[in-house]
Amino acid sequence: MSEPTTIEAAPSDAGKDTIEAAAPVMDIRNLTKRFPIGGMFSSHEVHALQDVSFSLPRGEVVAVVGESGSGKSTAARLLARLMPPTSGEIVYNGRDVLKEESGRASLAYRGDVQMVFQDPFGSLNPVHPVRYHLERPLKIHKKASGRRQVRERVHDLLNIVGLQPVEDFAAKFPYQLSGGQRQRVAFARALAVEPKVMLADEPVSMLDVSIRIGVLNLIERLRADEGISFLYITHDIASARYIGDKTNVMYAGRMVEGAPSGELIDNPAHPYTKLLLSAVPNPHAGLRTQETQARGEIPSLVDPPPGCPFAARCPHVMEVCRQRMPDTTWVGTDHWVRCYLYGE
Amino acid sequence: MSATNQTTAAVEVSPVGQATPVPAEAAFTGPRRRSGAWLTQLLGNRKAAFGGLILLAFAAVAIFAPALAPYDPTEFVGRPHRPPSSEFRLGTTGSGQDMLSQLIYGTRISLGAGVIVGVATTVIGALVGLAAGYFRGRVDDFLSLLTNVMLIIPGLPLLVVLAAFLPAGFWTTVMVLIVAGWAWPARVLRSQTLSLREKDFVSSALVSGEGSWRIMLREILPNMMSIVAAGMFGAIIYAIGAQAALEFLGLGNPSAISWGTILYWAGNNAGLLVGAWWTFVPAGLCIALVAFAFALVNYAIDEITNPRLRSQRETNLALRRHRRQLGVSRATPVLRSAGQHRAAGD
Repeated sequence: MSEPTTIEAAPSDAGKDTIEAAAPVMDIRNLTKRFPIGGMFSSHEVHALQDVSFSLPRGEVVAVVGESGSGKSTAARLLARLMPPTSGEIVYNGRDVLKEESGRASLAYRGDVQMVFQDPFGSLNPVHPVRYHLERPLKIHKKASGRRQVRERVHDLLNIVGLQPVEDFAAKFPYQLSGGQRQRVAFARALAVEPKVMLADEPVSMLDVSIRIGVLNLIERLRADEGISFLYITHDIASARYIGDKTNVMYAGRMVEGAPSGELIDNPAHPYTKLLLSAVPNPHAGLRTQETQARGEIPSLVDPPPGCPFAARCPHVMEVCRQRMPDTTWVGTDHWVRCYLYGE
Repeated sequence: MSATNQTTAAVEVSPVGQATPVPAEAAFTGPRRRSGAWLTQLLGNRKAAFGGLILLAFAAVAIFAPALAPYDPTEFVGRPHRPPSSEFRLGTTGSGQDMLSQLIYGTRISLGAGVIVGVATTVIGALVGLAAGYFRGRVDDFLSLLTNVMLIIPGLPLLVVLAAFLPAGFWTTVMVLIVAGWAWPARVLRSQTLSLREKDFVSSALVSGEGSWRIMLREILPNMMSIVAAGMFGAIIYAIGAQAALEFLGLGNPSAISWGTILYWAGNNAGLLVGAWWTFVPAGLCIALVAFAFALVNYAIDEITNPRLRSQRETNLALRRHRRQLGVSRATPVLRSAGQHRAAGD
């Protein structure tokens, strides 16, 4: 890499892959979010998200994996425009949306980009029945008009997410539903506006293992049938592989590696990705696992030192790692990593 | 899995073929279960029923005052300071008006002012609190400053100053009480809004494209209705007391007939000195009784919406019902359902 600080090469700009000739639906460039903390006399900042760039190809599922506190949810909330980023660009369909609509997100953006939250027990208002949750987006975005049309559309949506009998479910209150059913309602609400992009923030992590696969298959079906692009955020690398066309790995607010999911799992490049994969329990390996090389905890995000955030835990740490964050290096078709081990 | 689902009551098999646990109803402690159930619970509560009955009686007296009052309350119908008799059931005032008629007509202004002020302060307080807690930042700074200033200014002196400078009258008193009273509910509801603002259902509504006021009024406000309702009854009690106090101090309109002015004239005409207890005891009792009734309803709402108090009450009820079976043992009581009793051969 010749330029020292900027990463211009998002995977789709690589130019090698002809399938991705169509522009990505969403391009995220150098997204950074810092939260000020502390009182009047001490000002510190939590660097929740630092210089994150990736793109969301049309009709694909891009998974983002990382442990708690790595900035995954912050990224989703920034893309959902629930809060403004400190710096960086969100390019949606070729438009820099943060520059064009700097305050509140426009209704058009809300109509295209939807979000499903992690906690299905918190994302539905306990005082409203399921019907209300689905009617509101229909009315706001004028997707249906008139009592009968709204009613039919609500029933359609419940059918799509597999909540039958629809009449019964429409009348229920959130507390009468199980976690999986609530998450399906959350998906139905997001679908009501006929979105192009869906940000799914750990949509299955609060669900029983037995019903996770149902929600994952729902995502797969929506991608295939409705052509919706998904940003699938998870801490579970197995589900990322199951559903993600591409997987990006985040660590301490930085995106450190990205590749097609199979490639990432077969040939992990970044030491952190290797650590993450070694932590996945393997039923065939018995109780003795291969020796983990990295130890320690995720570093504090409050005023972090310069350099690679993984330097403190990395088995291959070099002097330069503590000085400056490495730039993007391409280690294969569509496979990039930010690590000095792979420089030229 | 969250704690809510650990108390699963049943397993529901959806047509998709998934067996999903259905959370037990008791696990949910939201402010409102079903729109009708809330009212049924309120009516079933003994405190609420008793308080409501008293309030209904007072409201009926206020509405049907002309039919109930034996005399015109402003007319001088007898000699001053007559004790209660068959002619004047509650005696006469220091200037010879019928006390009972005054008391009956006074209900209108006292109750009316109390309810108007209580509702108005709650509405203003809720709007200010919601806006401050929802918008945060500059809006919050400004509204919080305003609220804090109103809270720091001592209430009664402010009332006295305002009432003294404005022309006396029913609406002046009401306005003064609203100005002095909205800050407390605003403060309480602001902090509630701040915490509810962070819930995912608010974020979800934002992502759906809901407008700010719609989110405040339809998403956040219904989740704190119990506090709003309880606060409103508190505000009504405060307003009835403060209105009577202002009028007793002579800062209201002394020619209007209310419980406050009855007390004012009783003081002016030396009712206490001449021992004419009937000129001030009934009005004082009425104020106390109405305040008591509102407080009862307030407690009942608290009991119904606060799960901890509700479970306490239900335990007490259950214990009372089963006292005979439990005997006088001091051990932790274990209650069995009716079916189990039969099975155990009780």
